This record gives sequence, C-alpha cells and structure tokens, in this order.
Amino acid sequence: MSDTLRLPRIQRRRHFKSMVANGIIMIFAGMAILPLIMVFSYITSSGLPSLNLDFFVKLPAPAGETGGGMANAIAGSVLMVVMSGVMAIPPGLLCGLYIAEFPRQKLAGALRFVIDLMTGVPSIVIGLFAYATLVVPLGGFNAFAGSAALAIIMLPVVSRTTEEILRLIPSQLREAGLALGLPRWKVLLRLIMRAGRSAIATGVFLAIARASGETAPLLFTSFNNQYWSSSLSEPVASLPVQIYTYAISPYEEWHRLAWAGSLVLVSVVFTINLMSRVLLKRSSN
Amino acid sequence: MRSDRVFNLILRSLAVAIIAGFLGLTWFLWKSALPTLKVAGAGFVWSQAWDPVANEFGALPFLWGTVVSSLLALCFSAPVSIGAALFLTDIASKKIRSPIAFLIEMLAAIPSVVYGIWGIFVLAPFVREYIHPMLNGHLGFLPFFVGPPFGLGMLTAAMVLAVMITPTITSVCREVFRSVPDPLREAAIGLGATRWETIRLAVLKTSISGIFAAMVLGLGRALGETMAVTMVIGNRPEISLSLFKPAATMASVIANEYAEAQGDSHMSALAAIGLVLLLVSSIVNIAARWIIKRTESKTHV
Repeated sequence: MSDTLRLPRIQRRRHFKSMVANGIIMIFAGMAILPLIMVFSYITSSGLPSLNLDFFVKLPAPAGETGGGMANAIAGSVLMVVMSGVMAIPPGLLCGLYIAEFPRQKLAGALRFVIDLMTGVPSIVIGLFAYATLVVPLGGFNAFAGSAALAIIMLPVVSRTTEEILRLIPSQLREAGLALGLPRWKVLLRLIMRAGRSAIATGVFLAIARASGETAPLLFTSFNNQYWSSSLSEPVASLPVQIYTYAISPYEEWHRLAWAGSLVLVSVVFTINLMSRVLLKRSSN
Repeated sequence: MRSDRVFNLILRSLAVAIIAGFLGLTWFLWKSALPTLKVAGAGFVWSQAWDPVANEFGALPFLWGTVVSSLLALCFSAPVSIGAALFLTDIASKKIRSPIAFLIEMLAAIPSVVYGIWGIFVLAPFVREYIHPMLNGHLGFLPFFVGPPFGLGMLTAAMVLAVMITPTITSVCREVFRSVPDPLREAAIGLGATRWETIRLAVLKTSISGIFAAMVLGLGRALGETMAVTMVIGNRPEISLSLFKPAATMASVIANEYAEAQGDSHMSALAAIGLVLLLVSSIVNIAARWIIKRTESKTHV
C-alpha cells in the first residue's frame, strides 16, 4: 500500500490490526523454538567441557572424588534398548499390519483401541506395571524388567506408525498380488510391508529414540548400579537414570557429569531422529 | 488357503495376547492398590493427609498438583502453539516452513530427564532471580504470588511442562489448519479481508473444535509427564494457591517414593495413586481422540 494513497481511517485501522496480529503470531512462533535453542546451547556449553574419554570408559567415581564416567550406564542403556526392541518391534509391526489390513474384524478394532490406550499410559505407570509383574516375582530390581517396561512403551508407537503407513499404500498393489494367486500372507509380508519398508523403519527408529530417553519406567525396574552388572537379573545402570541421580545430587562434580550425560543422550536421540528423516526423504523421492 | 488361515490365526492370537496383557497389567495394578482402597475407600481421592510414617494416605494433594500444573502449562503453551501453527500454515513463506516445523518437532525428541536438568540449573534460578522478585515484590498481596524464593515449585514445573507439550499442540493444530480448504481463505481474501481477518474468519473459526482437541491432547501429555516435573516441582504434598510454593504431582510422588517405599501400605498407596493417574490420563486421551474423530468426520462429509 503506497503512502500517497490515503486510505479511509477504518481501512488504516484494519491494516494496522492485521500487522499487529501478524507480529504477535511471529513472536509466538519464535517463542516456540526458543526453548530448543536454549536447552541445546546450555547442554552443549555445560556438557562439552566435561566430555572426555574417561566419560565413555570409566565407572562412576564415589561421591566426592573427581573423575569417573558413565561407561556402565551407556552399556546398560544400549543393552536394555536392544532387548526392548527385540521384544517390541516384531509384535508391534504385526499389530499394525493386523489393524490396517483387517479393519473389518472386530478383534482388530479392539486391538486398535487398546493400542490407543497404551499410547496414553504415563510412562511412570508402565514402571508400576513392570514392577508388579517382573520385579516382585523375580525378587528384586533387574535389567529384564527395565527392558520389558521400555518394550511396553515402544510397542504402541511401532504399531501406530505401521498402521498409518500401510493405510497409505494403494490397494491396487494388494489386488495385483492376490490376482497373481499369491496367498494373502505373502502379499502382506512380501509386497505391502516391503512397499512401506523405509517409512516403517522411520517409525521404528523414532520408537527406539523414544525408549533411549525414558527414565521414569526404569527408576524402580532396572534401578541403578554403580558397577558393571553381570546378569540380567541384577539391577543395571542406564544413562537417563544416571543423569537423574547425578542431577539431583548435591555434588558439583556429579552435576558436571550429568550435563555431559545429557549431551550424549541428546546427541544420540537427535542423530536417530535425523537419520530416520533422511531415510524417509530418500525413500519418498 | 490354509496358509492364510494360519497367518490370520497368528495375528488374532497376537491381538488377543496384547489385549489380555494390557488388561492383565491393569489388573495387577488394581490388585496392588486394593489394600489402600479397601481401607480408605473412595475417600482416598479426597483425603489430604499424606504421611507414610503414620500410615496416612490421601491422594488429593497430588491430584491438585497434577491438575494445576497441567492446566497452567496449557495456559502458557496454548497461545504460543496456536500462533506457531498459524505461522507455519498461513504466514511463513514455503522456504522456512519446514525448517521451523522441524525445530519444533525436535522439542518433542528431547528426553524428559534433560528438560529436568535444564529446569533445575537454568529455569529455576531464573524464576528465583527474576520472576519471583517481580511478581512477589509487586503483586505479593495476591495469594498466587506469596511464597519463598526457592525457584523450585509449581510455576517452574508448569513452565517446563509448557515447553514439553508445545510440539504436541502445535502439530495437531497445524494439521487442523491445513485441513481448512483453501477456497475458504480465497473467499475471504476476495472479499477484501486483511491477512489477520482471513486467519480469524476462514481459519480459526472453522477450527475451534480441532484446536480444542489439540489442547486436550496436550493436557493428556502434561498429566502423565514425570521426570522433568519431579525434578523441579519441589515435591511437597501441600495444597496451596501459591505458584512459588513446592508441590507434588501424582507422577512425581510415585517417581520419588516408590523405589524407597517402606512397608506394604506405602507401596499400595502409591499403586493406588498410579491407578488414579492411569484413569485420569486415559479419560483425557479418549476424550481427545473422540473430539478429533468427530471433527474429522464432520469436515469430510
């Protein structure tokens, strides 16, 4: 709008209002991403100086002593995430397949409802589940209970993404396979799942990222351990629980390690996220 | 074909196993909560006392903490999230849309415990040094702003929660705004509406129930959030109007006390709180899904 053109007052007021509203929306958008920048810059600047080889290869030092690392916690996290993946991914994929491909069966509808419910269960309550079923009967905190709790968190995530992806695959593909005389299961597993392969893999990766950062369900299932654990029936350290323990401790040295741990954890989670995005983009092109 | 029947049988038994497993887990939780519920009955939810040493257990302070912190977080987060979503669908140029959407999605990827450590060492000191003196100093006569300058408390917890639920609300709102048909926007522009008038008349007015669903979904996330809240809320089972006083939520008391709980009655009381939390968050989530489903079927017909 050029300045030479004098708009009537009401018009000017409307345009002014629009400009103000635009500005407010832009400020809100900025406010939404500001925390990310703040969190990321703080953990980088506080975590990076404390990050050294010791962090990755040493056991935690006793309270009050300097040095030490989180080697056992990193190993424990990897172990439990891998175990939970083994427990959750295959059934998660099949659940998603069942819900997407057999929508007319009542059981599939019921399963869908339960999966939806599971998505909304707070992770701390999943810890209570695992405590009642795997910690009490096995006689103490153990790595297996922690993995099972993580698996319960992963399963609905995997199932829901699989379901969503499979719904997008054109039905002609199914018809073509069936017309060739292939049995249904072969069509589903060999054609349909393969067609959605990389998108489904994205969902699986995101579920793994989510499980790697979970703390609440591990607090009273796998608990924590200052040493290496030698068996799955022992308490095992994990990176998130170790960060939590150190962060709420009164020791300066432990805070330093907690920041370093956060940096490692966030880097891992972001890398998995980015990887899965690249994968998705490559497959859609 | 026989192989198909076998395959279907496998899928059906898996489905039955998952459904039964979920029911089983809920039943286990119910069983561990039963001793408390038997003693206190429904009064458990309304009792204010929480003294594990004296064997007194009531859920009300935690229910209060959960509801207040979540609703506060929603108040902080909703305008920002709606604004960010509008920016992504209606204002930003195509080039910067996806990078900004990506950054907001990344907020959801940060683990809760990392928000917690950030809350303890960055946000809490900020609240203590700046926000507390400002609100307590000038408006300290209001019951909301009395309280000690700890930095850890209801307000800090709500602020962290607000950050954590922003990506959820933003992404649902974005979907909702995106599903508003472009001809509606074009019609508004054609009538000479300014950009804001277009947004208000064409986009916001048609999306009210979708926005509501997004907020309920965000609320559901906030209710069950554990670690970050546990680390910054101060963990004291007190009911107070003050934003600066420490409080506790259902999730935070379980996280704090369960591993070290002494005695069966304490454990059972915590399980009972878990059961209440499960109930509340399930109801909220089902409600959100129901609203979304209803709006979807309305817009598609």
